[in-house]
Amino acid sequence: MAGRPHGARSLYFPGGSRVLTILFDGIAYGMVLFVLACGLSITLGLMNFVNLAHGVFAMVGGYVTAILMNRLGVPFLATLPFAFLVPAALGLVMERTLYQRLYNRNHLDQVLFTIGLVFMAIAAVDYVMGSQPQLIQLPSWLRGRVDVFGVQVGLYRSFIIVVCGFLVVGLQFVLAKTRFGAQLRAAVDDARVARGLGINTSLVFAATFAAGSGLAGLGGALGAEILGLDPTFPLKFLIYFMIVVTVGGTSSLTGPFYASLLLGIADVAGKYYVPSLGAFVIYTVMIVVLVFRPQGLFVKAR
Amino acid sequence: MQGTPTETATRHLAETSRWKPLEFAFWLVAFGAIWLLPSHHLILNEIIITALFAMSLDLILGYAGIASLGHAAFFGFGAYFAGIFAIRVIGDPLTGLVLATLASGALGFITSFLVLRGVDLARLMVTLGVALVLGEIANKMTWLTGGADGLQGVVMGPVLGLFEFDLYGRTAYVYSLVVTFLLFLIARRIVVSPFGLSLRTIRDNPLRARAIGIPVNRRLIAVYTLAAAYAGAAGALLAQTTQFVSLDVIALHRSADVLLMLVIGGTGYLYGGFAGAIVFKVLQDVISNWTPQYWTFWIGLILVILVLIGRERMNHQVAVLWARLRGKPEPRPRTIVGGH
Repeated sequence: MAGRPHGARSLYFPGGSRVLTILFDGIAYGMVLFVLACGLSITLGLMNFVNLAHGVFAMVGGYVTAILMNRLGVPFLATLPFAFLVPAALGLVMERTLYQRLYNRNHLDQVLFTIGLVFMAIAAVDYVMGSQPQLIQLPSWLRGRVDVFGVQVGLYRSFIIVVCGFLVVGLQFVLAKTRFGAQLRAAVDDARVARGLGINTSLVFAATFAAGSGLAGLGGALGAEILGLDPTFPLKFLIYFMIVVTVGGTSSLTGPFYASLLLGIADVAGKYYVPSLGAFVIYTVMIVVLVFRPQGLFVKAR
Repeated sequence: MQGTPTETATRHLAETSRWKPLEFAFWLVAFGAIWLLPSHHLILNEIIITALFAMSLDLILGYAGIASLGHAAFFGFGAYFAGIFAIRVIGDPLTGLVLATLASGALGFITSFLVLRGVDLARLMVTLGVALVLGEIANKMTWLTGGADGLQGVVMGPVLGLFEFDLYGRTAYVYSLVVTFLLFLIARRIVVSPFGLSLRTIRDNPLRARAIGIPVNRRLIAVYTLAAAYAGAAGALLAQTTQFVSLDVIALHRSADVLLMLVIGGTGYLYGGFAGAIVFKVLQDVISNWTPQYWTFWIGLILVILVLIGRERMNHQVAVLWARLRGKPEPRPRTIVGGH
C-alpha cells in the first residue's frame, strides 16, 4: 500500500469516505481473523491447551483450496467445503492420537510440542508445494470494487463479511441454543462437574477440536487473498491468533469476536496512517491488555 | 543425621555446591579445545555463546519456573547495544561487554514487572510480546540499527588492548570462553546459595513459598534481571566476535531454538544449556549438510518426540542410570518444572 500523499484527504475526499473504506477493509480482515482464531479460543478455554499449531490447520485449508482450484480446476466456492472438511478430519485424527495425551501436561510442554508441529508442517509444505506464495484466482464476480454512496467497497471483502457474519451467527446459535452447545459451555466452565453430570467431555473435546480446525481451514481459504498463503503462514499469523485469544479471553465467543474486529481495524488503519510504526502498535496493545487485564479485555470478572 | 531445618538446608547446599569430577573434566575439555581444536574455533565460539544464552534461560526456567517465549529480546538487545556502542563510542570489547550486560539487565528489570503480573499463558505471551516489540523497533529504527540490512561496520579493538581478533576465531573463542566461565562461576555460586534454594522453592510451590515468608515477587524480579543480563552478555559476545548484528538475533526462532536446546540438555542444573547447545549445533550441522532446506522438520520432530516421551521422565532415566553407574542410591523422581 502506498503512503498517503499530503493533503490528499482534504483535497479529494471531502467526506470521511476514505476512513469508511479503511473501516470496511478492517472489518473484513477482522472477520477472517475471527474465523481463523475462534477454534483456538475454544480449545484454549475448553481444555486449557495452548495449541500454537492452530495456524497449521488454517494453512492446510488454504492449500486445499489452492490445489483444488489451480490443479484440478474446481470453482472457488466449491472448494470451500473441502477447505473445512480436510482440516477438520486432520484435526480429529491429531486430537485422538496426539493432542489428547498432552491435556494434563504443563503449558511449557504443550508449547514445545505444538511449536515442533509448526516447524514440521512448514518444512513439509515447503517440501511438497515449494516455498513460493500460492495465488488464488478469484471468480470474476468477486473481483473489483463498487462505489456505494461514495465509499469504495471491495466485492470480495463484502463477500467475506457476509460469509463470516453467517458463521458468527451460526456459531453463536449452536453455542447458545443447542444441546451440544450447552454441553460445551458446561465443559468450558467446569470439565470435572460436567463429567460428573454424565456429559461425555472427551467426545465434546474431540468434536470441538475438529470443528475449530475446520473453521481455521475455512478461514485460511477465505483469507488467502487478504493474508497471503505460503509455508510460513502458521508462524507468521501465530501472533495474530494469540492476540485475538489473549485480548478476547476464552470464556465466550463474543470476546474474541470484538478482539478480532479491533485487531483487524487497528492493523489496517495503522498500516495506512502510520506505516513507519509497523506492527509495533498491535504488539504494544497486546502487552498493555495482558498486563492490566490478564483474563482478556472483554471478560466479566467472575 | 537430622538436625534443625537450617542445618539440613545448609548441609544440602554445601553438598550441592561441591564440584564434581565431571565438571572439572568439562571445563578442562573446553579450555583444552583452545589448543586441541584450532581449526574449529569459529564454531566453538558460536557454541559457547549459545550455551551462555541457554544457561541464562535455565536461570529463570530451570530454577524459578518462568517459561519464556521471548528470551531472545535480551540477547538481541545486548547484541545491538554492543554493536552500536562499538560503532558510535569506543571499540574496546570489555567496556562494551560490561555496559551491554548492565543495559540488558536494566531492560530485564523493567520488563520483569510486566512478566510478574500475569500467570501461565499470559506470562508466556508477555515475554513473546516484549521480544516482538523490540524486534519491530530494531527493524524500524534503520538509522541506528541498519534495519533489515543488519548493523554493519562494527570494528572491535583488541581485548585488554593486547589480543586482536583474528580470522580463525582463536581470540574470539578464548574471549567468549573466559567470559562464559566467569559468568558460569557466578551463576553456580548463586544457585547453590540460600537465594537459589528459595528460587527452587518458588518453582516447586509458589503458594507455599509465599506462606513460609519468601518474598516471591522480589526474588523473581531479581532472577529475571540476572537472566536478562546474562542473555545480554551472550548477545554482546556474539556482536563483538562476529562484528555484525542482524535482526536474526532477536527473532522468534532464536527464542524457540534456545528453549529447545535447554529442553534437550535438561533444565535446572546449569550444564543443560551447554549440553543442549553442543547437541543442537552438531545436529544442525549434520542435518543441514544432509538436507539444507528442510532441517527444521527434523528439529520439530525431535521436539515432538521429546515431549511425547516426557522430558522429566527422560531426565530422570538419565539420572537413575548415572547413579547406578556410580553405585549411588537412585534419585527420587523430581516434580514437574515449568508452565504451571
